[in-house]
Amino acid sequence: MVPIAHYLILSALLFAIGTIGVVISRNLIIIFMAIELMLNAANLAIITFSRMNGNIDGHAFVFIVLTVAAAEAAVGLAIIIMIFRNKETINADKYNLLKR
Amino acid sequence: MLLETVIFYSAAVLAIGGAVMMIRQQNPVASVLYFIVSLVAQAILYVQLSALFVGALLIIIYAGAIMVLFLFVIMLLNLRGERFEGSQSKLGSGTKFILSIIFFIEIAFVIKQMVFAPGTEIQAGQLADNFGSVEMVATHLFREYLYPFELTSILLLVAIIGAVVIARREKTDTEREI
Repeated sequence: MVPIAHYLILSALLFAIGTIGVVISRNLIIIFMAIELMLNAANLAIITFSRMNGNIDGHAFVFIVLTVAAAEAAVGLAIIIMIFRNKETINADKYNLLKR
Repeated sequence: MLLETVIFYSAAVLAIGGAVMMIRQQNPVASVLYFIVSLVAQAILYVQLSALFVGALLIIIYAGAIMVLFLFVIMLLNLRGERFEGSQSKLGSGTKFILSIIFFIEIAFVIKQMVFAPGTEIQAGQLADNFGSVEMVATHLFREYLYPFELTSILLLVAIIGAVVIARREKTDTEREI
């Protein structure tokens, strides 16, 4: 059996890659996918803890997190479409309406 | 015993490699495809952690539905010729990268403190035979988590209505007259 800590380290690594994607990437769609990646990393940690304790509660949590991710993707992509219609770009640096 | 280790490490490498390639791409379509690779590897890890049902859900919902939604939006946006160089941020991307690495080290340190403590290894054979099967997850979901489960339907309804309202094109005056 692979040690449980390896799964958690992998989950932390995926989460860190997600944060790197959010702060470095300028493409709005890639930023959005990096957020999804962070959600998935958290899911992996939940599943790992569920396996560790032999408790099925974690699976129900992950189920609900998946639903939330689907809802978030729908609303977020709608926002991206609307903002693209107004600014004609998905470069996050070009969105500076509140800065001016 | 050995096979599990091999599967774990190859799936882990695939998951991390897919994620890294995802945030390095310029082309969003390639980025989506790399994310799907990462998701499939994560689903393998779920199955290895005896979460069969949730692993299948991950492939069906994420790779099958959400990522296809992303692809459709990318096709709708017509991003040909968009460039992403020349960040306007005050912090360089090197600084951001280092900050994220520090963040990872912090998480890994906490995990090391908590999980590598003695007495926290998985005891094999401790689980029920049908742990993570559809039957067991469903029984649990519909008994203990019935209200949260029903609330997700309201959440999805609100998300559908919100997405339609946000993405709807405002009618111009001429269209309204017609």
